[in-house]
Amino acid sequence: MAYVSVKGGEKAISNAHRWLEEDRRGDRAIPELSTEQIREQMSLAVDRVMAEGSCYDRDLAALAIKQARGDLPEAVFLLRAYRTTLPRFGASLPIETEDMAVRRRVSAAFKDIPGGQVLGPTFDYTHRLLDFTLAANGETPIEPAPQADEPQAYPMPTIASVFRHEDLLEHEEPTEGAGEPFDLTREPMSFPAGRDQRLQALARGDEGFLLSLAYSSQRGWGSTHPLCGEIRLGEVAVEFVPEELGFPIEVGEITVTECTMLSGSSGSATRAPQYTRGYGLTFGHCERKAMSVAIVDRALRRAEIGERADSPVQDEEFVLYHSDNVEASGFVQHLKLPHYVDFQASLQFIRTLRREFFERQAAMKEAAE
Amino acid sequence: MTPSNAPERYYNYAYLDEQTKRMIRRSILKALAIPGYQVPFGSREMPVPYGWGTGGIQLTAAIIGPEDVYKCIDQGADDTTNAVSIRRFFAKVADVETTEDTGQATIIQSRHRIPEKPLKANQVMIFQVPQPEPLRGLEPRETETRAMHAYAEYGLQYVSLYESVSAYGRIATGAGYPVMIEERYLMSPSPIPKFDNPKLNDSEAVLLFGAGREKRIYAVPPHTTVRSLDFDDYPFEVQTWEQSCALCGSEDSYLDEVDLDDAGQKMFVCSDSHHCAERREAGHAGPMAGHALDQSKEPAP
Amino acid sequence: MSQTLDLAKIHPGFLDPVRESQAVFRKVMDAVARPGSVADLAFAVDGPPGLDCAAAAVALTLFDFETPVWLDPALAGGEAEGWIRFHAGCPLTPETSRAAFALVARAQDCPPLSAFNQGDAKYPDRSTTVIVQVAGLEGGEPVVLTGPGIKTETVIAPRGLPHGFWEQLETNNAQFQYGVDVMLVAGQLLLALPRSTRAQIRKG
Repeated sequence: MAYVSVKGGEKAISNAHRWLEEDRRGDRAIPELSTEQIREQMSLAVDRVMAEGSCYDRDLAALAIKQARGDLPEAVFLLRAYRTTLPRFGASLPIETEDMAVRRRVSAAFKDIPGGQVLGPTFDYTHRLLDFTLAANGETPIEPAPQADEPQAYPMPTIASVFRHEDLLEHEEPTEGAGEPFDLTREPMSFPAGRDQRLQALARGDEGFLLSLAYSSQRGWGSTHPLCGEIRLGEVAVEFVPEELGFPIEVGEITVTECTMLSGSSGSATRAPQYTRGYGLTFGHCERKAMSVAIVDRALRRAEIGERADSPVQDEEFVLYHSDNVEASGFVQHLKLPHYVDFQASLQFIRTLRREFFERQAAMKEAAE
Repeated sequence: MTPSNAPERYYNYAYLDEQTKRMIRRSILKALAIPGYQVPFGSREMPVPYGWGTGGIQLTAAIIGPEDVYKCIDQGADDTTNAVSIRRFFAKVADVETTEDTGQATIIQSRHRIPEKPLKANQVMIFQVPQPEPLRGLEPRETETRAMHAYAEYGLQYVSLYESVSAYGRIATGAGYPVMIEERYLMSPSPIPKFDNPKLNDSEAVLLFGAGREKRIYAVPPHTTVRSLDFDDYPFEVQTWEQSCALCGSEDSYLDEVDLDDAGQKMFVCSDSHHCAERREAGHAGPMAGHALDQSKEPAP
Repeated sequence: MSQTLDLAKIHPGFLDPVRESQAVFRKVMDAVARPGSVADLAFAVDGPPGLDCAAAAVALTLFDFETPVWLDPALAGGEAEGWIRFHAGCPLTPETSRAAFALVARAQDCPPLSAFNQGDAKYPDRSTTVIVQVAGLEGGEPVVLTGPGIKTETVIAPRGLPHGFWEQLETNNAQFQYGVDVMLVAGQLLLALPRSTRAQIRKG
């Protein structure tokens, strides 16, 4: 009764969902996780879900993680499916990352840069040794990080400002009157994609996919020889202009991670040699993701810069059509749905081909005898 | 009937917000005006995964009203898990009556089949489409395939069919068999078996196709010419079976093969579960009538 | 284009927007799927002066901030314009070639169909849908429609169309996949003439 099991009907579905609930809860002797605990103590998971879920709400992301039993792409899907039902009021003003209240800012391009290297909360330079004290008593005394003697530079100078006087880095001026940016949540992808469409797709894209693409580029598959110009993490204000007021009001503050990658360009007959940039921005603290996005963005600028395209990371349709994990996960997993009607068509065909194959063999054997 | 703004409803009537419905409705009208052409639309994330009927669900949500009677099938059957899940969804969010009776339904959403009973003028058939682009298997780039449709350059498709003929002595495609609409647009009929292709031609009902993940809507209005591609010397033909349905004895419906044991024993039954049930009720019986499968159906919700 | 509206003068729109727009859409969808068949939208809405009930119903059902709308001089600047802006929230455009929808209240002065957006080769769906108010959907010269959505042929006889309209429609159909899609409205009635429809004035 191979396929009959899929005809389980209503009862089977309800029961399966109850079982799922039980599994989500796990051993009832262990206290249930609160969404506040997830929000505070699994904060990087929350950040990733907000970034890929295109929805900045730490509490909803924590709820999604809890409901998804920690399966982050599933949590991203939950958050997206909620987000899509929300009414849309309009677009905020562009955030100003130059005015960021910086918690972390490092540059690999210079030993020191104006504003200084600010390490902030980072796994970098930690020794990846399991800390068994976290397991032993659940609560480890935390030694508070000391305050710096001097206040940090504000605004924190950007890598672009360091290069400005020598014109070594390409300029990126905001386009005046460019209108609203492309919005993938309301329009389907179209090609060739503008940089707004690309950066939105990458910001929503799957971290694992983008990480691997960035890595492939580093290993020579469409290399851009990137150098980490700057990574900054911190809080920025979000401003919105309500139609009825006509002036911007601050609607809140969000944490973002921004990365600028530098790549040398030898220029052309009309263009002086200069550094070009790849750019990545994500909600929350998603450093690996922001760096990957910056590398992939730069690789995808190949047409504009005049580079050959021979690697997956340089192929806009390949990268943008396959970076969304909600689409990818759904379509890969839809193979679990019954396909027996098309399979029946295929079975008939294979059986016919096999019959003809054996008839031919028999005929050849006869001829040989 | 619960008013759409009743406080107990957490989501809008039929789930989608009104702006999204308008956007989809506009796309449907353009799709009907250009039969077979794939209209890009701002597909939304649905509460079911991409690949599980999000295009069909968005089409249904954009057109459904409380007077509709809704039927949902997967592989021809009303009781397959995903069909059950989608039917429940609309019963909940759209206050509609649901049915398994093909003749009673005003909206029929389907994955991979067209019912055996001929569709009527008051019915809308909604197809769930995984890959709307018939040429995608031959050319992965959207920029290329869109140009092929723009200039009706379908040589690539014919070359592929010809290669199939020279390799296998026949056109190998058994499901998702490409069709020409009004001799202008090449269209994927969705992965229905080619057995169902003739039902698309000169249909009485409006046929709508929705691909959520790929963000495309297309349509075939009633009484539209839908031709399955073929060659003069290799004409299009549909699947046939030596067997008849084991339960209802039907000799002209699409059959599923059901393995009964590990020793190769099998039975063939109608894929269209309602068609089969209706025939059995009318007194038709196949060679294995009364088999356990006959009773396996749960009562309708 | 964005003077402030005098809200006191605005006629009401749908009483139950969710239900009514769904009901109107199903009628309109059927009309487009079956060109020449007449949809009765009497239940829908009592539009502002100058706008027929069926045109008003279509506007409320299909227009919004994503659809630039062109209004003919008979509607532009008047009460109907305020009503459409208020209820549909759509941007208005003075350029026929940029319009997603065009509303023509005075059919006699309808710009040539070729003046509207014809769509492009890869995206023919981007063309304008032109809604024309006519004197009546019956009583004019008989026109035979054929094409997708029509079993054999459908005969219509709308009244009050500009001279040469059917020749324009023939040209529109001949350039398929390009072309505008037309809806004719009269009072509460609507019929659709999508670009796929061939129309010929009946001889004799």
